[in-house]
Amino acid sequence: MAIIQGRLKTPVNSADHALGRPDAPLTLVEYGDFQCPHCAAAVPIVAGIREQFGDDLLVVYRHFPLSKVHPLARPAAEASEFAAEHHVFWEMHDALFARQRQLNAAIILEIAAGLSLDTAALQTALDTARYRQKVQDNFADGMRSGVNGTPTFFINGRRHAGYQQATLVEALLKVPGPRGPAGPDAGSPSRTGADQV
Amino acid sequence: MAMTPAPTPPTSALPQGTIAPDFTLPAAVDKTVRLSELRGRPVVLAFYPADFSPVCGDQLAVYNEMEEQFSAHRAHLLAISVDGVWCHGAYRQQRNLFFPLLSDFHPHGQVARQYGVYRPDDGICERALFVIDDQGKIRWSFVSPIGENPGADGIFAALEQLARPRGAR
Repeated sequence: MAIIQGRLKTPVNSADHALGRPDAPLTLVEYGDFQCPHCAAAVPIVAGIREQFGDDLLVVYRHFPLSKVHPLARPAAEASEFAAEHHVFWEMHDALFARQRQLNAAIILEIAAGLSLDTAALQTALDTARYRQKVQDNFADGMRSGVNGTPTFFINGRRHAGYQQATLVEALLKVPGPRGPAGPDAGSPSRTGADQV
Repeated sequence: MAMTPAPTPPTSALPQGTIAPDFTLPAAVDKTVRLSELRGRPVVLAFYPADFSPVCGDQLAVYNEMEEQFSAHRAHLLAISVDGVWCHGAYRQQRNLFFPLLSDFHPHGQVARQYGVYRPDDGICERALFVIDDQGKIRWSFVSPIGENPGADGIFAALEQLARPRGAR
């Protein structure tokens, strides 16, 4: 049987947490785990790439908690879904990664309080597993897309190996098709681009 | 993981349509697994180079999160490397793996050789996947570059195709 691997199974959609213009020609989908140190290391990398590509790039984060090695990954993911409902997903995302080394149940609530979220309501949402299905659906989608660890990135639907900034940038620049007027050159002046590889 | 330069992937892995060679391998000091005794259910063989590779990008750690999905297909997952049973035992316990790790230690790499996925230069096996149907026939095989974790999408796509009625294939 001919089987193609490493292709994003579920396209970017309105249920996703996304940064950027929905009609951007480039999409970077990350499957991540809030307790994974490599994912924390990828946060500034993704930020740098966003700065470089501007309106040409849509960034999406999906959950892929490796719960057996990271017991807090799923509660953290569920807490971020609660934050999303209150329009502060990315603030929660950044704070969870920033405090990853100290992460525990109390810190998750503390982060939520810092974002002016109702911590009692969050605790109830966690206790009743209100967002578990969404997190599991992300996981299952990732599994069927060939996520092979965290973080795993997909560039316009194709799995990218590794998460080094230079190779991600190189792959993004290789995607064929038109770019907007605010294209790759409109980003940060300190950017070095693909020739750095 | 992906940074390792990939040596030329071999083309000798047993292809689909081949009857999976039977084997008996130790899963622990006092336990062996015989492939032919698992007939009647699909079997996934995951050959991998070595125990104790880094956690986050680790192939087996990813499969270990998928116990429900493997059981939904009634599939047995067997992971195989040339490490010895004691090493496997320590690794399995540390990672709390739900599936057995089979030891292709003695004669060294014999089963990997039978499946065409032994690397004689390194003395380890390839990172190779085989999906075997309930009749013991290989329905899908795949060799990944040694440094590149293949993920599980190919496995589940193959298991889904097995689950379809024969006329629909």
